Amino acid sequence: MAVTTVPVAPAQAPATVAPRVQRNRRTSPTATILLLLGAAYCLMPVLWVLVASTKSASELFNTFTFMPSTHLFDNISFLNSYRDGLYWRWMANSALFAGVGAAASTLVSAMAGFALAKYDFRGKSFVFNLVLAGVLVPAVILAVPQYLLLAKVGMTNTYWSVLLPSMISPYGIYLCRIFAAATVPNEVLEAARMDGAGDWRSFVRVVLPMMRAGLVTVFLFQFVAIWNNYMLPFIMLGDDKLFPVTVGLSGLLNQGATQPAMYTSVVTGALLSVVPLVALFLGLQRYWRVDLGAGAVKA
Amino acid sequence: MTTTARRKSGAPYLFLTPALLLFGLFLAAPILYAGYLSLRRVKVSGLGLGAGSRTEIWAGLENYTRSLTDPEFLPSVLRVGAYGLIVVPCMLGLALVMALLLDAGRTRVSTFARTAIFLPYAVPAVIASLLWGFLYLPRVSPIVDVLDKVGITAPDALSSSWVLYSVANIAIWGGTGFNMIVLYTALRSIPTDLFEAARIDGASDIAIALRIKIPIIGPSLVMTTLFSLIATLQVFAEPMTLRPLSNTISTTWTPLMKVYRDAFVRNDIYAAAATSVIIALATFVISYGFLKLVGSRAFSQES
Repeated sequence: MAVTTVPVAPAQAPATVAPRVQRNRRTSPTATILLLLGAAYCLMPVLWVLVASTKSASELFNTFTFMPSTHLFDNISFLNSYRDGLYWRWMANSALFAGVGAAASTLVSAMAGFALAKYDFRGKSFVFNLVLAGVLVPAVILAVPQYLLLAKVGMTNTYWSVLLPSMISPYGIYLCRIFAAATVPNEVLEAARMDGAGDWRSFVRVVLPMMRAGLVTVFLFQFVAIWNNYMLPFIMLGDDKLFPVTVGLSGLLNQGATQPAMYTSVVTGALLSVVPLVALFLGLQRYWRVDLGAGAVKA
Repeated sequence: MTTTARRKSGAPYLFLTPALLLFGLFLAAPILYAGYLSLRRVKVSGLGLGAGSRTEIWAGLENYTRSLTDPEFLPSVLRVGAYGLIVVPCMLGLALVMALLLDAGRTRVSTFARTAIFLPYAVPAVIASLLWGFLYLPRVSPIVDVLDKVGITAPDALSSSWVLYSVANIAIWGGTGFNMIVLYTALRSIPTDLFEAARIDGASDIAIALRIKIPIIGPSLVMTTLFSLIATLQVFAEPMTLRPLSNTISTTWTPLMKVYRDAFVRNDIYAAAATSVIIALATFVISYGFLKLVGSRAFSQES
């Protein structure tokens, strides 16, 4: 049987209320209250960081939690001046790791997923089982062995030491295999072959465009995973000019223990660091329709 | 099966080359190297000074026995076990309830609530720990202020008896939204006629959710549980970030933190390698065992 639920449905209008459930159904105050409580719980720390980043160092610990102040721009310019704008370098590093890593990982996954979905070849089930083992034992657990191995070849403390391990995503390969099986008809591949297109050419010209919606999801998945990753760069990198923002900010927090004035920078930095990702989320919300069970619902 | 006629070409291998190369270098090789290191140790001859006085020799299973009998290893495993028992049910329970509430469509706040609850997924675990870490400090916490007003002394969230729950709360906060979206997507793909008849017969929303919707999205629940379990076993960022704010989190608070400490603080890469191998094996056994336990057909290869 074909895959019954395609993991993304970006063609559907995003964020609209379900048409099927709006037929004269009464609204329920209980449902509304529970959902609002959930929303309040999730928004509370975000609201706090918005407020706290406007406080001066002395106000941070002494005024009421949600009482805003007027020092946001002072805090930002203090953060700007910290070691010649090191903070912005961290942000750029995060963007580099996540952007380049996710793009490369998506391409690698698309190629492998396509091969697993559309070709018969010797060793196919072995490769597929490898991918599954990779899903079940995520690489982060191996960060220390990865470090020890890369140290042997002198590659630690470079951009590559974080970028290269981020490029392999077994789960991305698994998703791409589902996308390729569901969205690329064999007839289309046949037709491309009849027209004289080689395997690579049909992959680039035909397969990639057909898988586009799924690839955006894999890209976003991997982008967030790399942006949020802490352990790998924390272990691999020693030079703070190479840090992503997660490692940089946790280092600043450590300094706060001896220089409490750093705390306002930590809070302001935390606020600024979530802005790009929140924007990315709200802008691309329609692509977040991941169905993890997609691989399982086929009898 | 869905295969093209081009069976004999080398194309699939070329398409797989980058993935297999990266897989080999960054997943297979590290685990093999860790396996090798875990069986080695340094032999110090003489006073251990000068070149050649320190040589690496085979150690048998010595590193494993040392790792498993380390007085700090078992507590860290139990701690992560307790942490998982709190996080996985709470997070998935919340995610399921929120997804069902959204799917029932009985409220006008669903777009707002869905976006708000999903938002923490955009916040890295380190930043989330940082924000909650400050909110846990008695001088910042709004809860302490409120309880003070009514004359109750709030417990210190970062004290040794509460810190596990405080770390768990961060994970629940960060993970609920993503799982909610996954379950909500699955709920939305249920054909309406499957429960419309039950509704006409007078079944309540709760009965429909329990009897029809939850069984149908079973596969999605299995997958979210699996990924939550795996994420639990690698908890590292949250306790590491909270450490500067609390003296109740030791350097071996979780197994991965112990690996880090052994490798970089004690420079005992052999013990770190042995513990890494143990964690990787345990993760595989637990995740694979979970799939077997629920008899899931997840990851079936035919499509």
